[in-house]
Amino acid sequence: MAADRDALITGIGLVSCLGEGPEAHWAALNAAGGFLPVLDTARFAPWPVHPLIPVTWEAQVPRREQRQMEAWQRIGVYAAGLALDAAGVKGNAALLERMDMIVAAGGGERDYAADEGIIAALHDAPDPGARLNDRLLSDLRPTLFLAQLSNLLAGNISLVHGVVGSSRTFMGEEAAGTDAVRTACARIASGQGDLFLVGGSYNAERPDTLLIYAAGGLLRQGPFMPVWERQASGGGMVLGSSGCFLVIESRAHAVARGAAPIARIAGVLTDRCGRRPGEATAVAARQVAALAPALDGTAAVISGATGIAPATAEEAAFLRGLDLPVRAAATAFGHPLEAAFPASLALAAMAVAKRRLFLPLEPAEQMMEGPLRQALVTSWGLWRGEAMALVDPA
Amino acid sequence: MTDDSLDARGRPVVVVTGMGLVTSLGQGKQENWRKLVGGTSGIHRISRFPIAGLRTTIAGTVDFVPLDDLSAPALTEALGALAAEEALAEAGIGTPGNFPGPLLLAMPPVEMEWPQRLAAAAAAETGNAPVTWMDLVRAVSDGRFAPWSERFLFGSIPEHLADRFGTKGSPIATSTACSSGATAIQLGVEAIRRGEAAAALVIGTDASVNPESLIRFSLLSALSTRNDPPEAAARPFSRDRDGFVMAEGAGALVLESLAQARARGAEVLGVVEGCGEMADGFHRTRSSPDGKPIIACMRHALEDAALAPDAIGYVNAHGTGTPENDKMEWLGLTAVFGERAGSLPVSSNKSMIGHTLSAAGAVEAIFTLLSLRNGVLPPTINYDTPDPALPVDCVPNVARELRVSHAISNSFGFGGQNACLVLGV
Repeated sequence: MAADRDALITGIGLVSCLGEGPEAHWAALNAAGGFLPVLDTARFAPWPVHPLIPVTWEAQVPRREQRQMEAWQRIGVYAAGLALDAAGVKGNAALLERMDMIVAAGGGERDYAADEGIIAALHDAPDPGARLNDRLLSDLRPTLFLAQLSNLLAGNISLVHGVVGSSRTFMGEEAAGTDAVRTACARIASGQGDLFLVGGSYNAERPDTLLIYAAGGLLRQGPFMPVWERQASGGGMVLGSSGCFLVIESRAHAVARGAAPIARIAGVLTDRCGRRPGEATAVAARQVAALAPALDGTAAVISGATGIAPATAEEAAFLRGLDLPVRAAATAFGHPLEAAFPASLALAAMAVAKRRLFLPLEPAEQMMEGPLRQALVTSWGLWRGEAMALVDPA
Repeated sequence: MTDDSLDARGRPVVVVTGMGLVTSLGQGKQENWRKLVGGTSGIHRISRFPIAGLRTTIAGTVDFVPLDDLSAPALTEALGALAAEEALAEAGIGTPGNFPGPLLLAMPPVEMEWPQRLAAAAAAETGNAPVTWMDLVRAVSDGRFAPWSERFLFGSIPEHLADRFGTKGSPIATSTACSSGATAIQLGVEAIRRGEAAAALVIGTDASVNPESLIRFSLLSALSTRNDPPEAAARPFSRDRDGFVMAEGAGALVLESLAQARARGAEVLGVVEGCGEMADGFHRTRSSPDGKPIIACMRHALEDAALAPDAIGYVNAHGTGTPENDKMEWLGLTAVFGERAGSLPVSSNKSMIGHTLSAAGAVEAIFTLLSLRNGVLPPTINYDTPDPALPVDCVPNVARELRVSHAISNSFGFGGQNACLVLGV
């Protein structure tokens, strides 16, 4: 039943290793002859990453602004611009002045050359503390700080695209993305907002982020294997560069401005547990139960499984119990952390809009012949946080 | 009969039933309030790390919370927990480790720091060749440094605090730069207003004074370099103000619907009457010259509270003491309050506690509520040389007894993220 306070996706901005825009992704995911991953196995060997497709930054980010951003911010500003374009609100100051923005962000990126110079300079320095101060003062670019700050992705979107109704940044890996979407939908449902820009971005092609996950033994090494197949040999995560922003708005607002909706977010639930065996399954089972009245049996699952053991195997077992066709988004474009849930939602919205599921990405994924009406989206974070969304036709 | 547990728009009234504080002035509301109204500064010479060669050698660090493995996220988490313990004890809500509502957390971004980078470099076996970043990655991948992986996840602080206090659902960690604390309060208010929760635990916490973060702010020319004496450096609204002073601290609030607070007989410490926000697309570190976002932000908060500007008796300023902020804040105040702007008390806690960054919005909201409850407005200290361009009544140097019913707490952040709270008793 259509209701004024329904949360509709009216714009998708998506860029990853597979391409730019929903249609490029759809084509890559339905390639004749089977899915081919896009990987860079050399630059950060032995850890492969899914690199961002080359993009024409100037199309969304003026050249003088690009220099003020690290890559993860640039990817996000770019994807946000694509979403605003797709929703037909780009440049519409009257709408952008009251558009609410929730960005899921990490942060950082280093000046790698500067850091390596500092490490060399501190080696055997008689007074390493004083030397560190000297080198930081002389080697850090003043603008680097802003290019690293978590909230400056949102800040740059305000600056470049003029989204200024409000600006909030959520942090916390995948959960930042899931709670950003949940909060936007809850505010729409309760009348606390009408028009939202929600999403995130991630740059996988950087050693500082690889370091954190390598320290925890969470990264997959060696030749590529899809997410489910990986589980027989220890699992592990392959990071992917990606940006995904969604324009989400109330049905009343979309109708009033004549926007063309892509899909409806019928429900989105986020929760947490301590990840002892079975706990995440129990959380997900409660989420399915809560969404079940709206599920009609023609659904597929877009899973956000990271590939990390043992959570991915536990999720696989849980999903087998649902007996629905499943696709692992991280096989398609790697795991983009904060951007993962928005990007999975984008795939789900595309499938719902096209009434069919894209092809299996590996033998463990079953073909879906019949028409698809709905999609479930899961997100079990690499460490914590479990979320689920149901996407319906608009 | 109208139901006064709902506001003018029929939304649940959101009240505060517990508050906790840690700043460089000390631990707990009592000590903090006593020193704040006494005009005491918590700013001191940095002793945590070598200060040789630094342009700024002072900060409002919190040095009285011992930690085995000091890092910004570890201390940020520890201060947040201390403030939350105090707030929960005062609110008397839930049971230990079982808080009946969500956690909304304002915190700084998380990044691995130099001690870790240097430890990884020491572990890298490169012979005489210089250590590259990829050498660091390879050096840590054998499991010896596994605890870093969790410690330097952004999710570690909110998840650890959620574990400790048993908050419900996925914890939200927010960063809107210097507005973060106010944003976290706003997230809690919104959750209660839409009926998603009857109570929320809000924590704003920040303990990120380390060499690189200090130098980053220094390179943006944001920090005061008036190092001697340290306690005289933070000079909001003065003509000779030259920047803010980095500081650490945490503020925690238990928010509840008025209906639930009454039902369980909790003491109401204050009301969050309205929240406003407006982002600025002008520049990464400077406000729109016309002050439009700051003005809109205050007006939105007043609108949300269904109050006219005349109802406001005190403004707890963002008041960083940078030349730019104080000028723009005054411009905003004159637009919103008109001729009253010059006679309205507007003071800056940052003159004493420095800028607690992500925590500031929460810490200063608590000081604002204490001002309303106690009928005393804390001073702006170090106000020796008034700025003729800013004829503000900043409650100069000495606290003032004044009963006020409604106040505004302002927060304006780098990246153009502005938030404003209307608080009442």
